[in-house]
Order: sequence, then C-alpha cells, then structure tokens
Amino acid sequence: MVPEERVLNILHLDLDRLSWKKETRADLGDYLGGVGLASKLFAERWRPTMRPLDPEQPVVLAIGPLSTVFPLVTKTAAVFHSPLTGEWGESYAGMRLALALRFAGWDALVITGRAAQPVYASVAPDRVSFRDARGLWGLSTEETGRILREWEAGRGHRSIIRIGPAGERGVAFAGVNVDTYRHFGRLGLGAVFGAKNLKALAAYGDKNFPIPDRKAYRAVYDEVFRRAVNTGLLEKYHGLGTAGNIMVLDGLGALPTRNLRQSRFEHAARISGEAFAKQTLLRKLACPGCPVGCIHIGLYRRRFDTGHEYESTALAYDHELIYALGSLLGIGETDGVYALIEKVELLGLDAITSGVLLAWATEALEKGLLSADELEVRLAFGEPEGYLAALDRVVGQPNDLYRTLARGLEAAAHTYGGRDFALTLGGHEMAGYHTGYGFLLGQAVGARHSHLCNAGYAADQDLGPDFDAGVLVDRLIAEEKWRQVLNSLCICLFGRGLWDRETVRAALECLGIEAGGSFLTDLGDRIFRLKNKVKREMGFDFGTLRFPRRCLETPTLQGRLDEAVLKDLLKRYIAKAGV
Amino acid sequence: MARVLTVKHMNRCIACYSCMLACTRTVSGRFSLAASAIQIRTRGGLQSKLAADVCLGCAEPACAAACPPEALRPRPGGGVRFTRARCDGCGACVAACIARVIRMDPEDDRPIVCVQCGACAKYCPHDILEMAAVREGGA
Ligand code: SF4
Repeated sequence: MVPEERVLNILHLDLDRLSWKKETRADLGDYLGGVGLASKLFAERWRPTMRPLDPEQPVVLAIGPLSTVFPLVTKTAAVFHSPLTGEWGESYAGMRLALALRFAGWDALVITGRAAQPVYASVAPDRVSFRDARGLWGLSTEETGRILREWEAGRGHRSIIRIGPAGERGVAFAGVNVDTYRHFGRLGLGAVFGAKNLKALAAYGDKNFPIPDRKAYRAVYDEVFRRAVNTGLLEKYHGLGTAGNIMVLDGLGALPTRNLRQSRFEHAARISGEAFAKQTLLRKLACPGCPVGCIHIGLYRRRFDTGHEYESTALAYDHELIYALGSLLGIGETDGVYALIEKVELLGLDAITSGVLLAWATEALEKGLLSADELEVRLAFGEPEGYLAALDRVVGQPNDLYRTLARGLEAAAHTYGGRDFALTLGGHEMAGYHTGYGFLLGQAVGARHSHLCNAGYAADQDLGPDFDAGVLVDRLIAEEKWRQVLNSLCICLFGRGLWDRETVRAALECLGIEAGGSFLTDLGDRIFRLKNKVKREMGFDFGTLRFPRRCLETPTLQGRLDEAVLKDLLKRYIAKAGV
Repeated sequence: MARVLTVKHMNRCIACYSCMLACTRTVSGRFSLAASAIQIRTRGGLQSKLAADVCLGCAEPACAAACPPEALRPRPGGGVRFTRARCDGCGACVAACIARVIRMDPEDDRPIVCVQCGACAKYCPHDILEMAAVREGGA
C-alpha cells in the first residue's frame, strides 16, 4: 500500500451546534499523520481574515500510523492559530491522549466553533457526547480532572485533557494539561480552548487492530524496544531525566540565569537534576507504549502551620521547568521551584513563558519601567512569593498592566519598553539553552519558535565556537525538515536517536505502508514549505526578526555573540531555506 | 515445574503498558489493550499508585470449576488451560473469578484468559512481573 491509499478517520467537532461528524479521507495518507496531517487539515480550514481566537479558527489534533503501535511513538500533535504570536501554533503532548485516540479509532480531530456555554466533549469510537461544563468553569486543572475521572469510562486507559482558569480567561500562553503530568504547553492552545468554551476533552476507546505481518512487526518492535531499554541511548532520560541538563549547561556557561544577566548560576547544584532526584524523587512514569519512563515525579512537601503540619503534592519536574521557574528567576532551592511548578500547573499556564515573562518583569520593575503600585506585588530574583502572587494576577487580570502581561512578553515589552532584555525569539519566549548562534537562530526561524524545531543548541555543542556558517545553516534546515517526518509519525523526539530512516521505513512497512525511495525526504520538505507558507500568510516576516540585545551581551558557551554574524546567518538561512 | 505470573514490585511500575501490548501481540496477534489478560490501571488518577490485575494462578481455580463445558481446566502448577473450541461463551468464569480479572472479549464473546506464557514479564522494563512457582498451598 502506498501511503496515499490509506483511509484516515477524521472526527469533526462543531461546538456552535454541539454536533460531530465522521469524515473519511483517502487523499491525505501521504501526509502520514501527526503534524503533516494536522498542518494540511489546518491549512484547509483556517481563515486568514480572522483572529486567532475567532471561533471559526480550527484546532487540529492528530496522531500517526505508528502511534502506540511501536515504542516511543507517544505524542499527539496540535496545530492552531497562536494567540501568543498571532501566527503558526504547534504543540505536542505525550501521556495517554495518543493511545486513547488510537483505540477510539480516530486519526485526527478538528474542532471549530464556540459553544454557547462551557462544555466538555467525550470522544469514543463512533460517538461523541457533549456535556454541560458550566460547573467546571473556574476550577483548577486538578479539580477538573478529578471530577471528569468520575464520569468517564476506561480507568487507566483514557485521556482527560483540560484547561485551567488561565485558558478560560484568555491568557495568551495558557496551555492544555494532558492527564496530569503532560501538556500542550506552548503557544496558547489553552486560550483557544477557552475561546471555544471547551473546558475539557476526554477520549477512550477499546478497539483493536489486526497486525498484518506479525513476524515482521515483532522483529522491528523488539529491536526498537531492545535499543530503548538495553543500550545507553536513552539512559539520560530515564536516569536523571532532562533535569540532568542543569549542571551540564551551567558547566558550559549556557544556563540562562536571572533574566539572562548570567549564563551560570551559583546555586545550580541546589536545583540540579541530581538535587531534585536525591531529595524529592518519588517515582517515574512513562507515556503508554514507551518503556523509557522519562517523567520524573517529585514530592513537594511543605509546612502550612506551626508544629508538625505538612501538606504534600506530587509534581513532575524537568529541565525546562527548572530553567524557567528556577535559574531564570534566580531561585536556588527545589521548594521554590516546586511552588511555582504547582502554580502554573493548577492555573494551566505555559511554564516557560511564565518564567521568562516574570524574569523580564523583575528587571523592568528594577529599571522603573513598571510601577510597583500597579504590579501590586514585590518581584525580586530569588523570591518565589512575589512570583506566585503575580501569576495569580496574570490570570485574574485586575488592571491594565496584568491585562498586558496576559498577552505575553512581546506585548508587554512593546507597551512598557525593555525590549533589549525581553527574551523572545520570533515572538516566543526563549527555551533554556544559551548555547550560542545555533540556538538563537534556530529558535527564531523554527516554525514554532521552540528548541524543538531544529535543536540549534545541539548544533552549538557539536560545532563549537569555530563553526562554519554554511554548515550550521544547512544543519538547522536539514534537522527541521527531518523533524517534520518524526512529528508526522508522532515519535517522541527523545527517541530520535533510535528512530533513524531505516527503522521508520521498516516500521511503516510492517503496517503495509511503503515509504521507500525519497518519500520521507520529500514529505519533510513538503510539510516544511506548507507551514512556512501559512506562517507568511499569517503575517510572519523572516526579514524583520529581532534578537534581544541581552542574548548578545551575556556570554554563551561560544563566548559573546556578534550581531553581524547572527544577521549574516539569518540571511543565509532565508536564502537556503527559500522562506 | 510450571510457573505462573506474579506481580513482584508494583510500586516500581511506570505505566508504560509494554506488558499489555506484549500480551495481545503475542497471544492473539492483535494490537490492543482491551484484549490483554493483564490490565494495568491507575487507582484514581496518575497521582495515585498503579495496580495490575493479573490472573492469580490459583491452584484450584474457581473459574475452571464454574465452567460447564470444561473449556477451562486447572493447569498443573497453577492457573488454567483454555480450550477455545469447547467454550460456548456463557460467562460463568467471569462471575466465578475472585480477582475479577477474566473479562469477555467483545470481538468473539469468549473470555480473555491468561495462558501463563510470560510474554508480559519479558517486556517489563522494570522487572515488576515474574514467572514464579505458585504460592504455598499450590499444587
Ligand atoms: S511493563 Fe512493567 S512497568 Fe510497564 S506497565 Fe507493565 S508492569 Fe508497569
């Protein structure tokens, strides 16, 4: 079977009418699934004349043909119009959503419209029900999850995704929490759900599928499984988890600290992966179908009264959280980081954007750009209390300042100044790697302006300070194109080392999908172009990209960066990528 | 000596579901969670612990005793043997199982029964599951 002959099951949810319909598409198989399929479905339906939160704008969720069928194929892709950047919105979440959609028999979900009042949707095989969710409006992500667990079928095998107050109130960087420990974090999918009056979506299915070639399937499965479990390839992710990066980046001089006034943190060891593990690690979890178990759950225990009065919560931590809510805010103890993680979890905010925004606000307050009165709380590096109170206000939006902050850092710096130290790249708050040119350029030009676009930080570490400009640019483009393929298959990027082209091909073949010749390369190229085309239609202009001065002032692992070199790299990228 | 499936260290479970997928892949040649004889579940959300519903490998299995056409028969060493051809889908075994791990497969109205093959244990990355001799008092 060539890919385009596959029939895909697309579920359309129309929130205006609270109705659903099944569409079978035999013409989209050659997008494979995941981000390829979602991009195509989004491009078919989005309205250039309408704003990101217009009810007509679609949200597309998609899985791929290998989802859950093979180890480490665990993600669900989301494509939407980002209320944060006003451009392309793309996000990925692990945990059980892909599994639930797989067994419910849906390759993709397209959600449009706006319910007249808050609802949640319950997705099953060949059936969707909508329920009145007015009672859930205003509840935290945790409480919402608890209540829906009592309603929904399929304990342990279902998925419940939901927004918190941040999404309801249109915070432009609100995320969607997925099964407690994972998120569609970046670029504001939570606000889009909120604008649709969609509080939550639950999915469950008990379908099963015959395996066409059992012998071949077993051989490929066993090989991927063996390499995931028995080689050192993924030990980093299971062992300390990505939190292990804290000490590594600090050692390299690439750990953004105190709004990137420093790239080393004197308290790094106290919030390192090692410290989190030793003092707090409770257990690890995995996304279904992945034997790695990279999700690290720690115990956040705190005293709430004199005497032996303690309460405790189990929270997931990783590198990005510790960077954004730790070093970047100058917070040098695990409890402070946990307090902030808990806050962004319950409110349903994106952790990285929250931290980067607060770091800027701290400096803007110091410099007198923000008024202490309007801020209502005291922000100071190293002090979690002020940050916790500020996050509540970002969601509550009691005044103009907080209404602006709720629109994200670009909007805030545009209104109040301080663009030089506002850490955004392509309109999106930066991820936790101050490694050098590759990272800066990579996040700025990547379709979703995230370190997940083209791993520029890895290029910096591999190529070092004496890199060749042409080589760096080629590498970023090639990486981003290949990632379109991995993301179309919904393979977790932690597993990219074991999912090489040959393995991808062999896995697809077990399911009767031929992906030989240049099919995969062409697919990556096609999706790359499609995304960039839509992005341009949304108003994105590569030529006007800006790099915050602060990123050039503070030394990276490649030393201090030169703006002229960065501009030259950008020019080369635009020419080479044809964007 | 024949061995039966035993859950050794459930607190170490990472909920990867590799065991369930291995069960259905190996025993019924399907890609499925629902058709797995071992079921890993949360006990109420991911913040809680996980639980494994597995065949207890009874030495004197109540399911077999309850099966009118003797499609289920005690297996030497614990657990049962299932002869699909004899089964008429009455579901008496489901009612009899004290651990409530036997379910009917909606595909063919036959019970999903653990065959004690150990495939699930082989794929558990945390060595939580083990094939062991049946408990004290076993045959
Ligand atoms: S394979 Fe092991 S760790 Fe994974 S779900 Fe099963 S018992 Fe838990």
